[in-house]
Amino acid sequence: MQTHQYEAIIVGGGGAGLMAALYASRSVKTAVISKLYPTRSHTGAAQGGIGAALGNLEEDRPEWHAFDTVKGGDYLSDQDAALTLAEEAVSAVIELEHLGLPFDRTPDGRISQRRFGGHTSNFGDKPVRRACHAADRTGHMILQTLYQQCIKNEVTFFDEFQVVDLIRSGDAVVGVIAVNIDDGELHIFHSKAVLFATGGWGRVWEITSNAHSLTGDGNAITYRRGVPMQDMEFFQFHPTGIYKMGILITEGVRGEGGVLINDKGERFMEKYAPHIKDLASRDVVSRAIYLEIEAGRGINGQRYVYLDVTPETVNRYLAEAGEDRRITREYIETKLPDILDFCRTYLGVDPVTEPMPVQPTAHYGMGGIPTDLHGRVVVDAQRTPLPGLYAAGECACVSVHGANRLGTNSLTDLIVFGRRAGKHMAEYCQGADFVALPENPAGEIQEELERLRKADGTRKPYQIREEMRQVMMKHVSVFRTAEGMQEAVETIRRLKDEYANNLHIDDRGKRFNTDLFEAWELGCLLDIAEVTAVSALAREESRGAHSRDDFPKRNDEKWMVHTLAYRAADGGVELNHKKPVDMSLAEKDEKFKPKERVY
Amino acid sequence: MQVTLRIRRFNPEKDQKPYWADYTLDNVEPTDRVLELLHRVKWEQDGTLSFRRSCAHGVCGSDGMRINGMNRLACKVLVNTLGEGDALTIQIEPLLGLRVIKDLIVDMEPFFEHYRSVMPYFVNDDPPPEDGRERLQSPEDRERFDDTTKCILCACCTTSCPSFWANQDYLGPAAIVQAHRFIFDSRDHAAEERLKILAETDGVWRCRTIYNCTMACPREIEVTRAIGEVKLAIARGSVE
Repeated sequence: MQTHQYEAIIVGGGGAGLMAALYASRSVKTAVISKLYPTRSHTGAAQGGIGAALGNLEEDRPEWHAFDTVKGGDYLSDQDAALTLAEEAVSAVIELEHLGLPFDRTPDGRISQRRFGGHTSNFGDKPVRRACHAADRTGHMILQTLYQQCIKNEVTFFDEFQVVDLIRSGDAVVGVIAVNIDDGELHIFHSKAVLFATGGWGRVWEITSNAHSLTGDGNAITYRRGVPMQDMEFFQFHPTGIYKMGILITEGVRGEGGVLINDKGERFMEKYAPHIKDLASRDVVSRAIYLEIEAGRGINGQRYVYLDVTPETVNRYLAEAGEDRRITREYIETKLPDILDFCRTYLGVDPVTEPMPVQPTAHYGMGGIPTDLHGRVVVDAQRTPLPGLYAAGECACVSVHGANRLGTNSLTDLIVFGRRAGKHMAEYCQGADFVALPENPAGEIQEELERLRKADGTRKPYQIREEMRQVMMKHVSVFRTAEGMQEAVETIRRLKDEYANNLHIDDRGKRFNTDLFEAWELGCLLDIAEVTAVSALAREESRGAHSRDDFPKRNDEKWMVHTLAYRAADGGVELNHKKPVDMSLAEKDEKFKPKERVY
Repeated sequence: MQVTLRIRRFNPEKDQKPYWADYTLDNVEPTDRVLELLHRVKWEQDGTLSFRRSCAHGVCGSDGMRINGMNRLACKVLVNTLGEGDALTIQIEPLLGLRVIKDLIVDMEPFFEHYRSVMPYFVNDDPPPEDGRERLQSPEDRERFDDTTKCILCACCTTSCPSFWANQDYLGPAAIVQAHRFIFDSRDHAAEERLKILAETDGVWRCRTIYNCTMACPREIEVTRAIGEVKLAIARGSVE
């Protein structure tokens, strides 16, 4: 078994991991380990924009951005984190431009910006142009730019290495275990610090915008090694996924003037968010779509509505609103080229002449591995850091997104907190020594992988996975009840038992055994599904993306706390509800105090 | 409808050489993606079938393969674009010109080596603007290199190129596309160095303007035109 030594190890090659790598590699010996070639990472699928109060087209301020983030998060966001995000977003976006990112430009040559859901000027007054974009492929440009700069700076990559375990020794974090997917060999990476930037876990649900590879590996690995998962009950359903397929249709479509329409031809968001209508927060819009569908107003009675961005419709509503702006077919082609391509390819629908059929799709985890503002993983309600362990990006929970993330804030999060984590990690490594590896650190995971490789039961991974995805979609999605969630918990526990005792895989080989890794990833998904359902069942209120029929109101008295979920000794989930939300902005400014959320 | 996938298989731990294997799937929808069919074979029939995939909607570039003789992303090809009727056979094989590791998985290292050799990154060592803000660029200057920013490094172009099949030292269309993205960016300062690299023996002059790359590109980049623009810049000694 090969052992490598690097001061800093970064697991994951998406936006957060690469940003951290750029910073850490400037001063300490750094390696990035990724199960994909980094340019395959899901950051590349992000479409509409990255939020920063540049004010290039109209007045904007970081404190407005912080306010929108806190309100969008239904007041569960840590307010110090929201302010950090909003303030540092500006320099982060400028830094990306200096690294070569090809943003769209305004006529005077500045970075172009557009409207996005929940982003307003003057503390909720009216929609503001804050989303910096490169057509509808902003994430692609960020991922490419950061990877290019890593090449320029000769960052070391271990591509197509699957990290499967975290090595701890006493209180210290001393590295990770990874498998070279090509030949199946285990490698030990001995390090002073480890950063997880492994992305999301949307594959827990049946309808999702997420890549097949988004299986929450980093969250499951750290959870199994004693780190809690925070606020996992908050998972965002993006309102506009392509019907049945879940492929994302950016909120930028509505930012450019697109509207949601029901079977009666009504622009139904006027009812649910009279003020900013189709540009309300994602949780609000997803619930509105579900309610329309439940009331029989889905298109032809089916489980979808229309998203209409045809110039005819958009211009009619712009005129109605008294705006001077008008759009043309050519404008849509320039601003939303990939969306048009997806619809034409997969649906045979041309969005410049016809509306798109959409339904909510599992999109983004607000929760994750708890960290402080430096990306340091914190393991309890008192926010005690675990030295040497870091997390950033979607797998982490700072918590900046609270109970519901605003569009464009995921990309901002990657850059702002990826950068902070990379910097802090480098400083930490410079002041720390290598701690000796424990004896046979790979023993346990090797045994588990061998068990999977030889698994000879009767249930195939996809059968277990599909059952999990269906029950989570049915009972732990946009609307939830105790009864449904209880059923989900029981189903997931039965599936976990089948995974442990009755699994079957076909491929017994060493080389590129994707059958084996799909099975291992399923183990991660099952752990995450269980934690999500258990956390959701316990939170007896409705807040942000967690909406319960049996507890329809937000309860600030009891639930202004983060959920911490630990793996119990018997393999179950142990919950802690003692971690308070940071309210540092509300202490100084009334406007940041929790109030009813109206859009 | 019923679809038979005829797949080129090779397991380095068992097989002396590649072979064709047929898998029949019932209840296929004409709008199913080829990637979904490959998953059905892997999940329902034979878990040893190996291929790369991730995003499943044409933006990550993992699942480039040869489908009915054309380089395509399996997640971007719908069954109904390959034929109609009650029964259909689809032939799937790995990309050509790169070593096969297992089934549809090829060794991407030589491809990325060519990519890295063209300085595929932004170079501008001038101090940034004093006001701490972005460098300015007109929409027209931005538009100049827009097409080549779309590349997702799937390798469909390079592995469809007969010049590359004949000589794998040729940098290939994808690397040239990546260089083009920076050569024509008004903010970048290393065009000259890149043009020098691309003017060498294994650079742009190995392109014979066959257009396979343009046909293959799943992002509809006009690859052959981009290569032509680089050739012209070398010939003129200028990017103007």
